[in-house]
Amino acid sequence: MKMNEVDRGARRDSARGKLANVFHLGVKELRSLARDVALLILIVWAFSLGVHTAATSMPESLHHASIGIVDEDRSQLSARIVDAFQPPYFRPPQMIDLNQMDRGMDAGIYTFTLNIPPNFQRDLLAGRKPSIQLNVDATQVSQAFSGAGYIQAIGASEVADFLRHYRASTSEAASLAMRVQFNPNLTRSWFGSVMEVINQITMLSIILTGAALIREREHGTVEHLLVMPVTPFEIMLAKVWSMGLVVLVAAALSLLLVVQGWLQVPIEGSLALFLLGAALHLFATTSMGIFFGTVARSMPQLGLLIILVLMPLQILSGGTTPRESMPELVQQIMLAAPTTHFVSLAQAILYRGAGLDIVWPQLLAITAIGSLFFLGALARFRRTLAQMA
Amino acid sequence: MNAAHAPVARLAGVTLEYGATRALDIAELTLPARCMVGLIGPDGVGKSSLLALVAGARQLQQGRVEVLDGDMANPSHRRRTCPNIAYMPQGLGKNLYPTLSVQENLDFFARLFGQGAEERARRIDHLLRSTGLAAFRERPAGKLSGGMKQKLGLCCALIHDPDLLILDEPTTGVDPLSRNHFWELIERIRQQRPQMSVLVATAYMEEAERFDHLVAMDAGRVLACGSPAQLRAAAGCASLEETFIALLPEEKRRQHQPLRITPRALAAGPAEIAIEARGLTCRFGDFVAVDAVDFRIERGEIFGFLGSNGCGKSTTMEMLTGLLAASEGEALLFGQAVDPRDMATRRRVGYMSQAFSLYSELTVRQNLVLHAQLFHVPTERIESRVAEMAERFELQKVMEALPERLPLGVRQRLSLAVAVIHGPEILILDEPTSGVDPIARDRFWQLMLDLSRNDGVTIFISTHFMNEAQRCDRISLMHAGKVLDSDTPQGLMDKRGLDSLEQTFVAYLQEAAGTDQPSDFAMPTAAPHTARPARFSLLRLFSYAWRESLELRRDPIRGSMALLGSVLLMFIIGYGISLDVEDLAFAVLDRDQTGSSQNYILNLSGSRYFIEQPPLRDHADLERRMRSGEISLALEIPPHFGRDIKRGASPEVGVWIDGSMPTRAETIKGYVQGMHAHYLQELAQRSPQAGQPSPASLEVRYRYNPDVESLKAMVPAVIPLLLMLIPAMLTALGVVREKELGSIINLYVTPVTRLEFLLGKQLPYIALGFLNCLLLVLLAVTLFDVPLKGSPLTLMLGGLLYVTCATGLGLLMSTFTRSQIAAVFGTAIATLVPAIQFSGLIYPVSSLEGLGAWIGQLYPTSHFLVISRGAFSKALGLGDLYGYFIPLLIAIPALTLLSANLLKKQER
Repeated sequence: MKMNEVDRGARRDSARGKLANVFHLGVKELRSLARDVALLILIVWAFSLGVHTAATSMPESLHHASIGIVDEDRSQLSARIVDAFQPPYFRPPQMIDLNQMDRGMDAGIYTFTLNIPPNFQRDLLAGRKPSIQLNVDATQVSQAFSGAGYIQAIGASEVADFLRHYRASTSEAASLAMRVQFNPNLTRSWFGSVMEVINQITMLSIILTGAALIREREHGTVEHLLVMPVTPFEIMLAKVWSMGLVVLVAAALSLLLVVQGWLQVPIEGSLALFLLGAALHLFATTSMGIFFGTVARSMPQLGLLIILVLMPLQILSGGTTPRESMPELVQQIMLAAPTTHFVSLAQAILYRGAGLDIVWPQLLAITAIGSLFFLGALARFRRTLAQMA
Repeated sequence: MNAAHAPVARLAGVTLEYGATRALDIAELTLPARCMVGLIGPDGVGKSSLLALVAGARQLQQGRVEVLDGDMANPSHRRRTCPNIAYMPQGLGKNLYPTLSVQENLDFFARLFGQGAEERARRIDHLLRSTGLAAFRERPAGKLSGGMKQKLGLCCALIHDPDLLILDEPTTGVDPLSRNHFWELIERIRQQRPQMSVLVATAYMEEAERFDHLVAMDAGRVLACGSPAQLRAAAGCASLEETFIALLPEEKRRQHQPLRITPRALAAGPAEIAIEARGLTCRFGDFVAVDAVDFRIERGEIFGFLGSNGCGKSTTMEMLTGLLAASEGEALLFGQAVDPRDMATRRRVGYMSQAFSLYSELTVRQNLVLHAQLFHVPTERIESRVAEMAERFELQKVMEALPERLPLGVRQRLSLAVAVIHGPEILILDEPTSGVDPIARDRFWQLMLDLSRNDGVTIFISTHFMNEAQRCDRISLMHAGKVLDSDTPQGLMDKRGLDSLEQTFVAYLQEAAGTDQPSDFAMPTAAPHTARPARFSLLRLFSYAWRESLELRRDPIRGSMALLGSVLLMFIIGYGISLDVEDLAFAVLDRDQTGSSQNYILNLSGSRYFIEQPPLRDHADLERRMRSGEISLALEIPPHFGRDIKRGASPEVGVWIDGSMPTRAETIKGYVQGMHAHYLQELAQRSPQAGQPSPASLEVRYRYNPDVESLKAMVPAVIPLLLMLIPAMLTALGVVREKELGSIINLYVTPVTRLEFLLGKQLPYIALGFLNCLLLVLLAVTLFDVPLKGSPLTLMLGGLLYVTCATGLGLLMSTFTRSQIAAVFGTAIATLVPAIQFSGLIYPVSSLEGLGAWIGQLYPTSHFLVISRGAFSKALGLGDLYGYFIPLLIAIPALTLLSANLLKKQER
């Protein structure tokens, strides 16, 4: 009986001791970070000017699209069509000939060229169904498709207007009433700013923890820790909470000051809920950082590894192009990345004002992935430490 | 005898300041030529700074330094004389390259000094044979023992027949036998080349005794100069060690008290055994580091561990602390087997490893507090305990300082304070006094004796100093993993019948190792270097390139990760970035429910762009499902839609689009409009009203990628992305790593110029990057079937220029950051965002705005992207694309010159 009591007491004591260790080691990480001025400047840059630049540089989807027009008709109608292409969607159309059309597209001067055939207006009125040719440079990913849709719509409506005017015919058979939800003017910076904050969160947390671990290994301080009554679990947890906290605070400030304050982006949903998601996401990414820190043997290897992982995370998580349009296989693979869930969670909360009742599946997924990563990293970390000494 | 020759160096009015502290203040100092000049003095008095100034490695702040008849402040004199000066910095093998073999390290230095292949081979051969390193030719420098590293460092210094050899504490941390070999070697070289002057800083007074001329220093000032005999006579002391103490200013001298060794009071009855090893063995693969070692150490005993470098002392200690698991046998602390998971025993042990391993980013106080906390010293007692330690180890004045800025002796005291803060019963100290000056060492020992005699702490210590070994209660001699003998120091000397412990030790070692007398030193005489080294030499550039490529080859993981990783990413990203928006989820609130409305819906659901979801029930349902992101498009078809159309009442279809992702929303808008137009057209055709002309049609042709295959369109854009990020990250650590690890010193003291250094480092990575480019293009064409319609030659030429830009950018990041973390982070920031977002991968550069537009127009990726797309998809050649080569051609020299400007040829 007595032994048991002593045992239990010791266990309670050691649990408190463990927490204290995690806390003190984490404070040590924060103090170390505070000494690296260059790194602090880079962090501040990433979350302020970095976010601002990325947000404000992004064009509205059809913005300043370059178009060249070969007008072989030179009729009233063709002039109307040419005039319909207006800034800011299009650059003033360049009137060119057929020769220039091919060369211009080859050199990438025109993303679109429109060829209005001779006698277009006459044929139209005669009901001969003439057709306009639209050439699209399909290598210009972002503009090619939406631009083509726009130009088609513009062409059709000009033709219809012209006919209606000419014939004084009745109105359209049916009309559309379009409403864009959550971002009525489709302001690109709303999207770009928040996605950039997310990119910075992922990048910074992975680099900070991974590099902090490699630095401790290169300077021999990990070995020093291991002769003290500290376990690998505590060392790792300390790094996770401290680096996670730094990034979380930076991200929160960035959202409040840069995104909401400077860029005037309205945030729909609950910032607190978003930060909860961010904290869980950071748990996963800092674990990833630790994992890379154990896989790489030196800083040069770590740098390369991080770049190789960050690139797909940034491009394929749904923050750059829509996820549903990616090939099935890529979609499935990217489900294993915490960023995918985090991006969709962030979009739901910040733009669409979704609440916990809607985003709980994402929260759950991030927690599950984070726990897996954490356990995997811990196992590896334990093994490397055993080999290292 | 020295008067006949001009002095080798002359200093006048030299001061050197680091921040607020004055490191050097020398009014006048002349160093004679053709002899051994020793610098002696406590740690942190400016010996190293003085040597660095003389070597030209550190920038002169004030005053005049003349070396070999010229002003060292004059760059052209430095360039002329640096082939005549050899400098070996402090720290074991600090200027060597650990992954390169002995032979390769020497070869590298020989190339830097412009020696031909035949001359190199001959010299390396001689040096290796005369130093006894010939057997280790192929061993990587990082795997040599401390003594061998120092010998290799010396060989590297001697490869070019210097007239002035500068050695900064060359024998610190080196065992006595190797130390003897080292000085014999220098002696033989001097006999061969009497014109050579040697300048040495040392902490060993026994060594200083051998020198011709000594300079005693303290607090950045010169205290006295002269031969050892002169100095001793002037101070009236018998030994140099006493002389040195006598020379110190009054207040410092008072701090020093001769060490009193109190004998250990032996307890009655059987003593308690604190540490015990039974057949302790450790193997690394085939190599037996520790071979069946036995010893028993009583409580309160000071037990010394002596042995040559790499004999297994540190390994034994690591097994005792539980850092390393024993392969065989067992280690017992207080009669219990060492268990690495047992936190309770860890609390009873204090350990100080060979290398300084405290946190250099934390202040002295923070380090002490952190360790007290981790050892669970009760919170209320931490403050008093830290104060107590500070007092006992005399750290009060430096409590708020960072350890990096402290002299080695103080740092070692801090390490010891940290090791005992939790009041351990056992102390395991691995060479705690290596590199510490005699006074500080005595104080250190006073503390240890105090702990042992008064507090009953058991101390297990390894050392290379014989006078320290003499102070131990018992010592063990170790060699090649085996304990040769254990006894009291006197007992061992008696066994051999020798007077000094050093002789005894050397005798033991020679018996165990067999005598290996290095062959006679006979350096082939080289043509004297009279010619001033060229301002730019391809040979030196190539020697850096050769070395860098060797290091790259030694780390195959990095190279293969770059190549394989890029191929994998080309596939995933090329495949994953979707050109068009498709498979969009939409749902309909159909209030009409007639054939007409279903017809209208079919327009959407029948296309590949949209996938229909279960119908919407009401507006609340619409709201909820759109908010959750389940659908991105909702339609509401009004009641009587079909009827109204037939009547010509123009019904209005409601459309809701999720605008949270603007690109997608724009595209959806475009699609819906197109679809609606199409519906109206069909309606018109079917309309019974004759004479209604069908409107004109708009034919869309997607050029350059008519089938709209994602991979084929994206691969030409992804290749530039990969070829920016990966090569830049490969070079990003090139310079900053040398700064952190110390080999940057070779840039300071060898004839290599900044441009040669940078270009030499860049070349191998350009080659790797180009290979990467070739591989990606090849796989794109063969495996992924992406047609290369234009000129392959143009593409490869562009690729070559482009990877040169990328590696140049990485080097630029590397030259201006100070830590490796900052370099990695900085490079990630400088490449990821501009390459992905501002270079036309997704949005054309022409439509960007603000700062992004500027970056996009300047950034190399934008230009190579046009070249790549032109060559792949648009069948273009050099004639069409030459305009895009020009910015790359400008960027290459601009980046390199910027880096060269930021890089310093001397330390500041």
